Amino acid sequence: MTEDYINICLADDDQDDRLFFTDAFDELKIRTKVSTFNDGVELMNYLNNADSILPNVLFLDLNMPKKNGVECLSEIKRNEKFNDIAIAIYSTSSSEEHIEETFINGANIYIKKPNDFETLKKILSEVVTINWQYHTSGLNKDNFLMRM
Amino acid sequence: MKVYLKYNYPQLTKKIIEDKLSELGYKFKIVGFGEFNFLEKVPNEKLVELTEYFQEYGIEIVENQKSVLVQKIKDTIVEMVTSDTPPNVKSSVYIAEKLNLSYVYLSSVFSEVTYTSIENYIIIQKIELAKHLIINTNMNLTEISIQLNYSSVAHLSTQFKNNTGMTPSAFQRIILKRKEFTNKNNS
Repeated sequence: MTEDYINICLADDDQDDRLFFTDAFDELKIRTKVSTFNDGVELMNYLNNADSILPNVLFLDLNMPKKNGVECLSEIKRNEKFNDIAIAIYSTSSSEEHIEETFINGANIYIKKPNDFETLKKILSEVVTINWQYHTSGLNKDNFLMRM
Repeated sequence: MKVYLKYNYPQLTKKIIEDKLSELGYKFKIVGFGEFNFLEKVPNEKLVELTEYFQEYGIEIVENQKSVLVQKIKDTIVEMVTSDTPPNVKSSVYIAEKLNLSYVYLSSVFSEVTYTSIENYIIIQKIELAKHLIINTNMNLTEISIQLNYSSVAHLSTQFKNNTGMTPSAFQRIILKRKEFTNKNNS
């Protein structure tokens, strides 16, 4: 591979969810580097720092203190610097309205947080794999919508 | 007069590689015999160029061979999917014949480099094309399913749903609303 790692970021205020998430990536065969953030403000500070490595895929929890997922999403979508980041909403909500709204706001993927570890691993592996195809095969990112 | 030569191969190859890479303006570090690292991002096209460049010295870029092969497989798949006359043989046979290599070998290299299988990649390409046709043409789903060589509309819809988690019509609705939303924000 010419690029060795896939960079992943997660913003989620729930510590257990963050741990669950990093453990799942550790067990995947795809080589990833995962950074986690406790809330939207922390995440945006990182992304806006010129020295930061921008993630290939960003996972956003919707309900977070200080700055929630939808606010982060809108900020990211307004800045051209972040055009290449695929955005996955990672939420406990499965309301149709929520899902459609985040897609319209520019999210690429909507993941309803699964209850068991094996399902999470499967979902994350699928997301990273398909994103990799978009990344390496010049597919049209505007059409990248996926719900799991 | 006869002159006898003795070569120091590691030194010889190191010198050639150093000179050539410097000449082409790459930043690199030689890490050992038969191995160097680029210190910058090098796109695949450049690697292909470099492969040809080194060929005249009998130097082969080994790792890149796989990437080149994968690119050929991908090109064959795209060509197959977008063609108006779909091949009348199974895609595995078509790809193997086209590249003149065994399908078992091709699929193992493909999975190793891309993290996905050839079968899955074909589906991804077909669904991407379906998305394009849904958004950019007036074709209906039946016409699209014929164009993409699906046995029925139901087959296309199911595969679309499996791949994206949503139906073709939900996809279309969201993309249209998103365009409206972005236009409103930009005006």
